[in-house]
Amino acid sequence: MADSSALPGETLLETPLGALHRELGGRMVPFAGYAMPVQYPLGILGEHLHCRAAAGLFDVSHMGQAELVGAKGTEFAAAALEALTPADVAGLKPMRQRYALLTTDAGGIFDDFMVANFGNRLFLVVNASRKHEDFARIEAALPAGVTLKRLPDRALLALQGPGAAAAIAPLAPALAAMKFMDVAEVTIAGVPCFVSRSGYTGEDGYEISVPADQAETFARALLALPGVAPVGLGARDSLRLEAGLCLYGNDIDETTSPVEAALTWSIGKRRRMEWNFPGAERVREELANGTQRLRVGIKPEGRQPARGHTAVHVPGGDAVGEITSGGFGPSLGGPMAMGYVARAHAADNTPLELMVRGKPLAARVAAMPFVANRYAR
Amino acid sequence: MAELKFSKDHEWVAMEGDVATIGITDHAQQALGDVVFVELPELGRVVAAGEACAVVESVKAASDVYAPISGRVVEVNAALADNPGTINSDPAGEGWFFKLEPSAPAELAELMDDAAYHRFVEESA
Repeated sequence: MADSSALPGETLLETPLGALHRELGGRMVPFAGYAMPVQYPLGILGEHLHCRAAAGLFDVSHMGQAELVGAKGTEFAAAALEALTPADVAGLKPMRQRYALLTTDAGGIFDDFMVANFGNRLFLVVNASRKHEDFARIEAALPAGVTLKRLPDRALLALQGPGAAAAIAPLAPALAAMKFMDVAEVTIAGVPCFVSRSGYTGEDGYEISVPADQAETFARALLALPGVAPVGLGARDSLRLEAGLCLYGNDIDETTSPVEAALTWSIGKRRRMEWNFPGAERVREELANGTQRLRVGIKPEGRQPARGHTAVHVPGGDAVGEITSGGFGPSLGGPMAMGYVARAHAADNTPLELMVRGKPLAARVAAMPFVANRYAR
Repeated sequence: MAELKFSKDHEWVAMEGDVATIGITDHAQQALGDVVFVELPELGRVVAAGEACAVVESVKAASDVYAPISGRVVEVNAALADNPGTINSDPAGEGWFFKLEPSAPAELAELMDDAAYHRFVEESA
């Protein structure tokens, strides 16, 4: 099982919930330098289905959290961040959050992240595998008067699923009024929280940042709520793939552009007139003339999954791309994948062949998400 | 039921008459997690001991299944195509993978018995 991202001999880091994961029977694996639960005794399939039916609690404390503060106002922090991202950060209203990309000077994707405007500061959540690089890149670009404050002493929990809002309502009535991508500062069970109504499963739910020293007590309080079960990284991966969401390092990286990755929607309208973000030249050229390849959903016919790095061919013919994430969708009830294919083969329903262990597997380009989103819009 | 023998790759073999039935152990199915697909060898294929000849796919990953002994494939468990979860629920019974006509029955003696396999699993934990 090839999910080991730790180097040999590397000491794995622990999140504030490491002891709780073990107590719950979590099977710990290396991920982005951390020991993380890939599953609990319920298993990936059961945890996935539980999250889509009720509510799942995920530890995502390995992700990087930070605040960006402008001494003379948050608009200065927003302007500073816009030097590194094509997203419209200046236009992000107070108590709202947005998905954004950090781009490279060559127009690749340095990372994907969430940015929230808490009024007096911006709050960032970045990928665990990229946090040190991201924060160094941001810090190096900051003008005088804007400071980045890393938050290594905060844990991050995600409560996801159609039952999430009802489950947490008795502890925090204020959360019910939030809409998808709203953020709030709320005290829940005595713990000061930064809450967003968002997640990475395609379901309604919340991501909740809490002080590390209160994280375990807080997680236990959430696990005690009716319908809430712990969910590991294995189901997090199958849930996000069903939702058509990218995993940095698999589906997007420094070689893929926002246009190739079909993440053009994350580029602000104003930014497409200013063209003043890293890699703007490539993005502008690709928006005008199209790209060689595009990220698409791919659905194998039958039950056999095709995994990442599987070659994609035209039926009986040449290679036209590669799968970047692939597996079995428990809610979909069948295999699913995403990957890059040549633009001429990127339209929905285009027949493809996937070369799995030397044998062609029939597949088609498929619209994503594979399972409909249920965000609280 | 014949006595089960075990390989270090966590397959079991049950010899009945001239035919060996092969599957994966309970320990293996637990480590794999929920099985969603299985690829079985072609009938008539001749395999060597230790040769990868089937693939079992869980939600998360694909893993090879090896022939614990040499022989010719004489039957595969076609029911697994529609119900791959049988490998999790009954790994040593209805979840069998394929049957071999052994070409070197002496290889069986090199496999572990139940007690030795349990020690092997505990030691490699």
